[in-house]
Order: sequence, then C-alpha cells, then structure tokens
Amino acid sequence: MASSLRRVGRLGASINGGGRCLSGLSTGNEVLKSPQESGISKPINLFSAINQALHIALETDPRAYVFGEDVGFGGVFRCTTGLADRFGKRRVFNTPLCEQGIVGFAIGLAAMGNRAIAEIQFADYIFPAFDQIVNEAAKFRYRSGNQFNCGGLTIRAPYGAVGHGGHYHSQSPEAFFCHVPGIKVVIPRSPQQAKGLLLSSIRDPNPVVFFEPKWLYRLAVEEVPEKDYMLPLSEAEVIREGSDITLVGWGAQLSVMEQACVEAEKDGISCELIDLKTLIPWDKETVEASVNKTGRLLVSHEAPVTGGFGAEIAASIVERCFLRLEAPVSRVCGLDTPFPLVFEPFYLPTKNKILDAIKSTVNY
Amino acid sequence: MAIYRLARSRTITRFLKTKICPFENIHERFITPNHSLFDAYSSYKTLAADFTRKPHELWDKTANILAFRRFESARAGEQAEAVAYTDDDDDDENQEQDPHDVVQAIDFPGGRVTFTPQIKFISESTDKRVPCYRVLDDDGYPIPGSRFEQVDKETAVKMYKSMVTLQIMDHIFYEAQRQGRISFYMTSMGEEAVNIATAAALSPDDIILPQYREPGILLWRGFTIEEFANQCFGTKNDSGKGRQMPVHYGSKKHNFVTVSSPIATQLPQAAGIAYSLKMDNKEACAVAFTGDGGTSEGDFHAGLNFAAVMEAPVLFICRNNGWAISTPISDQFRSDGVVVKGQAYGIRSVRIDGNDTLAVYSAIRAAREMVIREQKPILVEALTYRVGHHSTSDDSTKYRPLDEIEHWKTARNPLARFRKWVQRHGWWTDEEEAELRGSIRKQVMNAIQVADKTEKPSLKELFTDVYDRLPSNLQEQEKSLSETIKKHEQDFPADVPL
Repeated sequence: MASSLRRVGRLGASINGGGRCLSGLSTGNEVLKSPQESGISKPINLFSAINQALHIALETDPRAYVFGEDVGFGGVFRCTTGLADRFGKRRVFNTPLCEQGIVGFAIGLAAMGNRAIAEIQFADYIFPAFDQIVNEAAKFRYRSGNQFNCGGLTIRAPYGAVGHGGHYHSQSPEAFFCHVPGIKVVIPRSPQQAKGLLLSSIRDPNPVVFFEPKWLYRLAVEEVPEKDYMLPLSEAEVIREGSDITLVGWGAQLSVMEQACVEAEKDGISCELIDLKTLIPWDKETVEASVNKTGRLLVSHEAPVTGGFGAEIAASIVERCFLRLEAPVSRVCGLDTPFPLVFEPFYLPTKNKILDAIKSTVNY
Repeated sequence: MAIYRLARSRTITRFLKTKICPFENIHERFITPNHSLFDAYSSYKTLAADFTRKPHELWDKTANILAFRRFESARAGEQAEAVAYTDDDDDDENQEQDPHDVVQAIDFPGGRVTFTPQIKFISESTDKRVPCYRVLDDDGYPIPGSRFEQVDKETAVKMYKSMVTLQIMDHIFYEAQRQGRISFYMTSMGEEAVNIATAAALSPDDIILPQYREPGILLWRGFTIEEFANQCFGTKNDSGKGRQMPVHYGSKKHNFVTVSSPIATQLPQAAGIAYSLKMDNKEACAVAFTGDGGTSEGDFHAGLNFAAVMEAPVLFICRNNGWAISTPISDQFRSDGVVVKGQAYGIRSVRIDGNDTLAVYSAIRAAREMVIREQKPILVEALTYRVGHHSTSDDSTKYRPLDEIEHWKTARNPLARFRKWVQRHGWWTDEEEAELRGSIRKQVMNAIQVADKTEKPSLKELFTDVYDRLPSNLQEQEKSLSETIKKHEQDFPADVPL
C-alpha cells in the first residue's frame, strides 16, 4: 500500500511540475470568470483547492450554503475548514447523520433559488440519497414543465480507492448517476481542476454530483490561482497528445494512466490521454476527434468494468468511428467484485494492466 | 367517517380505572423494594398476561356502556389505557363541568379519539427529562432502593475480566494501527459496560446486528483474541477472508452478523431476522445496535416502525455516546435523546446508565424477557460516552474539550465503577487485577505478532462469494489477472498466496 501511495505521490508531483497537462488555464480552455493573466498562484493540495472554491462560492453569493455531516468543524477531509467561522453557522452547518435528509433538504433549499452545496461524507454512503437524487433532483425541472428547478444543487462526495478503504470507503459509483438524465456528473483530476470545476458546478443551473478523488486530497499538489475562476463543464481536455492510441479517463485514475503513457512511450508508442472531466453530458466530440486520429481507444476507471461508464464511451465511439478503429476498444477497470481490502492491489486497474492493454491494442 | 356522541360519566371513568388498575399496580409492584427484580418482573408478567388476555373483553364492555360503534380495524385492546386517559383527561380543567354532558368522539382506526374544542398542541418536550435507570453510583455503591438483578460471583468476575480484556485489546490494537501494522481501528473505550453487560444479559441464541462498536459481545461469546487479530490483520484465518476493514467482525457460530460500515442499515434487517425467529417459535430475539447518530438515518425509522407493526422481537439498543464523529447530539436531534422516540412508534422504551454495568445487565435482561415473552420490540437508550476518537482516522480534540473526555475517562469510567463494587464483595483483588492485565496484555501482543506474520487469504478469495458460485465474467477476470501477475509479479503484495 505504501508503495502505491508513494507512486501516486510522485506522479502527482511530476504532472504538476510538467506544467503541461493540468492547467486548463494555460491551454486557453479557461472560461475564467475574471481571467487575469498572472493572478497569484500557490502550490496547494486538492482538499485546500476545494476549500478555496467553497470560500469563494460563499463569499460571492450570499444565497450559498454549505452543509453535511461533520462539516462544521472542517469535515473529515478538512475541505470545509474555516467556513463556519467565516460565514457563520447559519450558512455552514452540521446536519444530522442522514444522507437522504441532506439531499432532500438541499433540493428544497435549491428550489428556493439558493445554492445548496451538500456534502456526502463518502460516495459509498450516497445510496440512501439515491431516491432524492434520481427521482427528485434529476426530474424537478422536467416534471414541472420548468416551473420549478433545483439547479442550485451541488452534491460533493469523496470517491475512489485510498489504499485501505475496503468495501465502504473506496467505491466509485459514478456510473449509477450517469444513467440519470437531469443531473450532471463531474470529477476533477487535480487541485487546479477541482477548484475551477467545483465553482462551475456550484454555479451551473443544473443539479451536479461532484465526486472528489479522496486519494488525491493530500497527495496531489499543484499551483492553483487564488482568484475566482471556473473551468467549463462538458468539455474534455487532451492532457497528453499522441498518435497511436487514445486513452480516456477521469479523476485519480488519470495519474495511473499517465504513468502507463510514459512507459509506453519508451516502447515507441505514442499515447493521447484525455480527461473527460464531466461524465454526463460528456464531450463525445473531443474523444471522437482523437480516436479518428489514433484509430484506437482505451478507457480506464476504478469502478467495476461491467456496466461502468467505460461501456458507454466504448459504445458511442464504436458508433461514430467504426470504420476508423483498428482494434477493439479496450477497457481496463476494476473487477466485478465488491471493493476488497487485502486484495485492493489486484482489484485496481494498475499501470501495468493499462500498459499491457495499450500494447495489445496497438499490436492487434 | 362516522362521529358518535357519547355520554361522559364519572362512573364510566371510575369503571375504566378499576378495570385498568392492575396495570398501575404492576408498576407499583415493579418498584417495590421487597421484591427482587426478577420476582417483581414475574408478577408483572403474570399480571400483564392477564391484562393482555382481557382487553378485548374489557373494550367490548366499555364500548357497550359508552354506546358507540367503531371500525373493526380499531379493535386494539391495547388502547384501553388510552381510553382511561382520555376520559379523565379533562377532569382537572373542567371541574365545574357537568359530568353528564356530552362529548364528541370519532371512532378511528387504532381506537376511539375524543374531540376537544381547544387547539391543544402536544408539547415538544416534557418538563423533566426521562430519568435514567442506574444501580451503582460513581463510587460503585448501590443507590439505596435501587432494583437490580442479582449477579453471582462468577458472572460478575467474568464481566469485569471481559471489560478489562476489551480495554487492553483496544489499547494495543490502537497502537498497532499507529505503528502502521494494521490499516485502521476503532476502540470501544468508555463503552465497555454497554458491550459486556449487554452480552452477559442476552442468550447466546440471540442474533446480534452490531453497528461497529460492539466487539465486547463477540468477546463474551467466545470469539478469541486471536480471531480479533486475524480479522484486523486480514489474515488467511480471518473468517471474513480479509475483504473488509479492521473491526468489521462477524461470526456465524456466535450469532453475530458481520459488521457493515453504513449506519443504521442493520435496524430494518433486525426486524426481518426477528420476524423469522418469531415464525419459527424460537426462544430468542434479534438485538440491533445503533449510535446516537444512527437514529437520524431513515433506516432507524424503517427499522423501528417495521418491528412495531410486524410485532417482531427486536431489542434495539442505542449507545448514545454524545458524539457522531464530530457531531454533538445537539446537532443530531432536538428530542429528549432517543428514549422518547420509541413511544411514537408504539414501542416500549427505557433509558439506562450505559456506564453502570449492573444497570445495563438488569435492564437488558428485563427488556429481553419482555421482547421474547410479548413478541414485540423494545428500545433501550444507554447513556454513555465515546472516550476514544471516532476511529484512527479522527482526532476528536479538534472538536471537543479535553476536560470533557478526561471527565468521562476517569470520574465516569465504567470499569473503575464496577471494579469497586466487585472488590467490595471480596470477589476481586489488586493482585488478581495485576495478574489479569499482565496475562491479557501478553496474549494480545502474542496474537498480534502471530497475525502479523500470517499470510493473507489466497487470491482465489478475491473472486469467491460474490455469488454462490463463480459466474463466467469472474472466471474470465480471474484468468486475466493471473496472466497479469505472471508478467508483473513485483506489482503485487508477496503475502497473498496465488
């Protein structure tokens, strides 16, 4: 476990140091709210970037609220540190331990024209709120003929492997929510992305489920502008250009995929790596354009392979690029088992599993 | 919905009181100091059984006298008490009113409801908080007049030893996590009495649905220190096959359903388990645990309501330890704790001092007897305190004062209190204490060392038990994984046999 932690740590540093891929800011992707060319930046980790975004959200909108279990003292991952002190307990507060209550309350708050930023402590615990999200938040606008909406709703939840989380502190449930028209699903890969995407999600006029890669909360550090900026939703980003194969992923898995790309390069394989960022509604065009260039596609996610969002990407790209594909679409994902503790290193889509799949796809 | 007029008469009220008074007498007898609790309880049982046989008869008579009709579905004999209450309810306020005047009532499913001309809200709270049943004071002296189950030397010493074992195990496992030898741990510090005395008061046949801070029940039932260590280290000897985080114990042979991290999910399941016990005429109940935080979950509502409606023999035990991670109970609910929630579901409930071993033991025994005899759920709220951090991932000094923790750790320590009582009986000595602590410590250290060196479950266990047998997708994935391992052996932990 420790070795994987170090591995991710190094990768985070190398990505950040490279200055190439992570900043949508420098590649002109930014729809920054106030795009100052040289705003002050500081190297911070992912939970601090989330924290900055929440400070800005509350500061810029007096009708914004932040709440959830243990949020008052700063949250179990420290994402809400200092918010209650600064904005008061009427806008930043602990809720009773009840996920369906948190989301239902948030929908009501949002329906009254507020920005309700609700925290579910772990994505693994979001399921009691599934009814509220799927049947209520997602259909609030549609079922009322747009008389009502809860667009101000954002649900934040840490997701994914962390090295020792076992069944209930490791899951990646994004695919469940990608099957629900009416909500958006957003997953950032780094501190800078997290801040910009979270602010966009909070300000988006639709309910958003925002999954945060908890393994990166402390591990991923990069320069993050202190100013208020947003990164566009539903726009994927090519974070590494290549010509032989397209790799698509999101969140923490991108750092593992990046390592595989670096390894593959040593064998003369040029990989293009795309961060999807928003899973629904997703940016098919960017992926399609890339696959039309490379002729090959690999998708990787931590969630079990069967019924994972990788399946949707594969199907859509086969529809659009059938004649251009030179090999079957490859999926390197979690196994179809519950997330195991001792067997975690076997369960995960590791760098070498991805590398093997890259090679076999390119040599198909 | 028909509304019927009925004559209200003091005679009727008196009649009802006479019929119902055995129930009141029972309460009096229950607290009569001359009876041991069990005796008092037995007489209660007899009387209660007598009472529960009669209510329909009683109700019919009452109904005839009162001359009003009602729904068939309203045949709830249990409502007799409410009838008495309703009929003399207004006495104080309307002393001058003609006793023969007429009030309106509605015969509504569940029983007759009288109308009132006043807008009368039920208060959100009572003037006095529900009292807490306690036997031993903080110095371990029995409170004069307290009623409790007699505990013999063997049971008392076993309870005390188990509490000490749990405490030492917690300390050493916690340190093992701090040293990085296990990935996670949660202690039961401060809640040893709820753990052990509850276990002692139950039958081994009772099925436990734990939350995650009840390892003492397993310990009492014979789960060994080695078994605890094997689970925490995820060794090949862990009956959970290394799949779950530490402290997620489970043991079929000890009737202890495997711990699941989600909160309160166990409560509706307990109603189902108990219903099955009832259908099979088992002399056993389901015992479901939750904390104060868990009472906020939707599943708490579902569990209590299902158990009440299905008349399932469930003993719901809430360890109200004041904190749900960082959330104090004032952010959790505004009721008088948890005990008052029972009545809203039609569930009898009791509040007990969770740090008083004898109180827990006596109350749980009485509650269990009632659950099984009456085949109905009961809710117990044990007031206690989480002396440790929520888990090894938490630092509780960030959100609660040190002196609060210290106070509960020392002045309200459940072990110290019970030890004083046991030692005063001459059942325990300082020498035995030192010897016990030394030997348990050694045993735990040894178990940890062995578990640390024991290999993990074999890799095939990654795929088994997802279903009863391996479906084709998993067969395929197992094969593919085995090829990956051959190529990249260095990527995988060496202590997992392939």
